[in-house]
Amino acid sequence: MDSSIKMWAEKVSFFYGSTQALKSVSINIFKNQVTALIGPSGCGKSTFIRLFNRMNELVVNTRLTGRIYIDEENINSSCIDAVDIRRRVGMVFQKPNPFPKSIFDNIAYGLRVNGIKDKDIIEERVVQTLKKAALWDEVKCRLKESALGLSGGQQQRLCIARCLAVETEVILFDEPCASLDPISTGKIEELILELKKDYTIVIVTHNMQQAARVSDFTGFFLLGELVEFGKTSDIFTAPKDKRTEAYITGRFG
Amino acid sequence: MKKDITQNIGFFILFACIIVTLFFLGTIIYFIFTRGIQIISWDFLTQPPRNAMTEGGVAPVIVGTLYLTLGAMVFAVPLGLACAVYLCEYSPKSIVVNIIRISINNLAGVPSVVFGLFGLAVFVNFLNFGVSILSGSLTLGILALPLIISASQEALVAVPHSIREASLSLGASKWETIKRIVLPTALPGILTGVILSIGRVAGETAPILFTAAAFYKRGYPKSIFSEVMALPYHIYALMTEGTHPDKQKAIAYGCSLILLFLVLFISGIAIYLRQRQRSYHG
Repeated sequence: MDSSIKMWAEKVSFFYGSTQALKSVSINIFKNQVTALIGPSGCGKSTFIRLFNRMNELVVNTRLTGRIYIDEENINSSCIDAVDIRRRVGMVFQKPNPFPKSIFDNIAYGLRVNGIKDKDIIEERVVQTLKKAALWDEVKCRLKESALGLSGGQQQRLCIARCLAVETEVILFDEPCASLDPISTGKIEELILELKKDYTIVIVTHNMQQAARVSDFTGFFLLGELVEFGKTSDIFTAPKDKRTEAYITGRFG
Repeated sequence: MKKDITQNIGFFILFACIIVTLFFLGTIIYFIFTRGIQIISWDFLTQPPRNAMTEGGVAPVIVGTLYLTLGAMVFAVPLGLACAVYLCEYSPKSIVVNIIRISINNLAGVPSVVFGLFGLAVFVNFLNFGVSILSGSLTLGILALPLIISASQEALVAVPHSIREASLSLGASKWETIKRIVLPTALPGILTGVILSIGRVAGETAPILFTAAAFYKRGYPKSIFSEVMALPYHIYALMTEGTHPDKQKAIAYGCSLILLFLVLFISGIAIYLRQRQRSYHG
């Protein structure tokens, strides 16, 4: 396999009970690139990215066929621990979901559950990741205050910082700006572009301008199928499939 | 116009209901307070009873109630919390688990004297703990269990799914998530349940009637295998037995007042905690 590919899916189908949510999806996710997944609601994008950190396992009565690899490793093989995968593949959710703890503890939590006990190391990493998430200047004087007192956009950047602290390799964004105003959205997008130097990023979004602005590759999902995948510039200027063209020009969805 | 009249009549009836309820509540408090307050003094709170319980204080009785309540909580809180965590977080969705849930809810409706008889049969006789603080605490603990379990379950269910997911997505195991995120978030709700059940347990008479309570016992209990005097049973004993009904009656009202304040005080803490929980979740 090409060394620029960080993760890939091979003929992945996924079922909730008897409903098929994904139909034989194959995709390559490139290292240090932003891959956007677009498509109408309920087309399986979120279900799909949650396969990369094995979050769908938490839903009862589901079934997966096909294979998913990260760094040439089949993440669903029996010798691999989901907990380990989730540390390597971080996730930022649709609604900001900080813990009802202080700003400091929100970030320190991931370090502590991963076995780091040394207070100095924890403190250093918290500061470092807050800076990386472009949140440090706004919160440096209130680290001991509850994270719930932050604005929605700040909370979301805190959630991103929380991922970065555990030294994740991949960050999955599941519609990270769905509940944010345009200014906060702008800040998150800037941050995503900054982070791609060090991380591989997959972002699910309903906002096509957002996909065009931040991503290098785009995949278009429809009814559980990956209709088209390619360079973002190609998808948005010269889509090969009629359905992709119809969607990005706003004729349905 | 006709609508207005019906509406006013409706309001009036509702208002009258409130007045009647408040009247009874006020009367009870007034009645207990005016009769009980005369006897309350520092000595009454700190001295043991004298002269066949017609004089002196009720300190060992208060201590007995505190021991029994504390013992019940030491037993019921860890067990109840563990049950709630299992039922909410780990149990598979099945008919058996549903039956367990329903049984626990029904347990809360069992008359307390039945718990008393159960305690007599199992703890006092079968396990041979005798009439003792241990038997009484265990019996009261069983009575408190369904209250603690259902309050804890409610508090656990109220913890948003999103922060559980956040914790798991950071590489925390399910147990770490429960221990470090779910339980601390649910804690105020759990505490509220615990404190309300303390109020309930402190005032129960029937469960300790056969398992722990003594009509009269000299001095303070020496071990968990001692019989004790406790406030609710002491009131009952003073009012039904003895040779100086008038003097005993006064002491009984004093005890009622102490018990009333104890329970009100405990409920006050519960309300305070619930308030704090609300502001915390903003």
